[in-house]
Amino acid sequence: MLAVETKDLSKDYRLGFWRKRPKRALDHLNLQVEAGETFGLLGPNGAGKSTTLKILFRLIFPTSGQATLLGRDINDPSVRSKIGYLPENPSFYDQLTATEFLRYAAGLFRLSKAETRNRTGRLLDRVGLTEQRNLPLRKFSKGMVQRLGIAQALVNNPDLIFLDEPMSGLDPIGRREVRNLILELRQEGKTVFFSTHILSDAETLCDRVAILDHGRLQGCGELRKILGIELAATEIVLEDPPPEVLRALKPLARTMVRTGDRVRIEFPAEVETSTVLNIALRSGARVISLNPVKASLENYFMARIQKQPEAEPADSAVPAKINSG
Amino acid sequence: MIRRTLAITVHTFKECVRDKVLYNLIVFALFLIGAAIVFGRISVGIQKIILVNLGLSSISIFGLLMAIFIGISLVWKEIERKTLYNVLSKPVSRAEFILGKYFGLFLTLLVNTAIMTAGFYLALWIENRRFEFADLAPLEAVYFILLQFAIIVGLALLFSCIATPVLSGVFTVSLFVIGNFLDDIRWSGAHTGSVALSKFTLALYYLLPDVRRLNFISEAAHGSWAPRYLLVSNSLYALLYVTVLVSASVLIFEERELL
Repeated sequence: MLAVETKDLSKDYRLGFWRKRPKRALDHLNLQVEAGETFGLLGPNGAGKSTTLKILFRLIFPTSGQATLLGRDINDPSVRSKIGYLPENPSFYDQLTATEFLRYAAGLFRLSKAETRNRTGRLLDRVGLTEQRNLPLRKFSKGMVQRLGIAQALVNNPDLIFLDEPMSGLDPIGRREVRNLILELRQEGKTVFFSTHILSDAETLCDRVAILDHGRLQGCGELRKILGIELAATEIVLEDPPPEVLRALKPLARTMVRTGDRVRIEFPAEVETSTVLNIALRSGARVISLNPVKASLENYFMARIQKQPEAEPADSAVPAKINSG
Repeated sequence: MIRRTLAITVHTFKECVRDKVLYNLIVFALFLIGAAIVFGRISVGIQKIILVNLGLSSISIFGLLMAIFIGISLVWKEIERKTLYNVLSKPVSRAEFILGKYFGLFLTLLVNTAIMTAGFYLALWIENRRFEFADLAPLEAVYFILLQFAIIVGLALLFSCIATPVLSGVFTVSLFVIGNFLDDIRWSGAHTGSVALSKFTLALYYLLPDVRRLNFISEAAHGSWAPRYLLVSNSLYALLYVTVLVSASVLIFEERELL
């Protein structure tokens, strides 16, 4: 069964004060996410990632197209009983404590009091907020708010979890914890659908990714296939190389960057590694490292985004801006 | 449905009672009720009338202030701060959310009115040092005040779904003021000689909430009991109005995009 399916999903925002003009934020999006997958929706800011998630939760309505979650129409509120959602930059009620808020969230599902109590305690522990459980939420840091957001998304033990920019506002430790949490959810057989503009997160976690730009799907597929189509390169780092070595390597090199007394040189994959190494060794240069450079999601992402011709302003609600963190 | 609505009701109540503004208003209302004893003592022969009049008016005015101030930002605040995303992403319909918000605020007003009424009866006891059966008559006026609150909360909630708190406040207060003069407006329209104006004021009379019919303070101050037909007709009138207002709020909110 498909966990998420969208068919020709489009969304126009009407902008302007007097003469409202439609601005296309999502353009005929077709997505299929299998149950049990960890799926990443990537794209620069304003690409339409949050718009997609908001449509799936009926916070906004599509201009055209259809969508189903866990095989059921998104217009049926009961479909959300097995789904969790962490909004982008979540916000909660200042006067409540973390425990009270989670109990409120649990109260919106068919959970018994005992079950609510148990889950609240376990989830606070899982996201590392047990000590702060009785602190008013107005005193929470951004990272703590994000953790609580994840906890409330899991309060119903969902089969399908949507996380909109889950690493936002977290410090490196927090980010690693969230990454581990997503991996745990995957091991539990849950479907995780998360949107991000941080490519390394997607690279670490996702089975498949979709790339959105200006509301259009630029590519979708398994990570290893996406990365497999990119050319690899070879990188060699030399210490204090004589100028003649650099002159000899320059015609073969793709890039050559000096940092202090070291020079990092990248060669295209078609250049034989032994040729490069021979030239370097013959001249007596000290070879610090020699590494194959794998194609990264970032290469793929940038290639897909740059390949697209500049979209007409009318096709985009917000100007796109790459923001990889 | 009932369970989810109840959860939102309890949550809204909890949120309201933790608002410091509310306590300021309650304390001020109780202070005014206490001051009514002093005013009563300097009004020879009509102490009780003054006490009941001032006490019930305080309950009414401060309750209305709470209903308007909290009600106008009830939904708007959730949309603006995006706390609503956490609720509507659960299996909660928009109708359940609106109903929960309405009942939550009304429950807050009910509890506050109970506290202020207790304060009022304490003042009455301090004044008379005893209770008579006739002292229960003001409770009918309190009941009518609660019916007023029910309508005002409905109005504030409706405007909160479509406008900013400032505009909602202006609209709600305006309708409350107009609702106190509907009889006069209809009378003026009928005596202008203009058929169009007469029909317009008549339409206003039937469309806008007639909150003056829910004001029984003067009668209660003079020891009158409300006739049974008035209790029934006012209850039905408020129920009808609240149903229309909450239904309109639901219909508007169902179509609203939460950007």
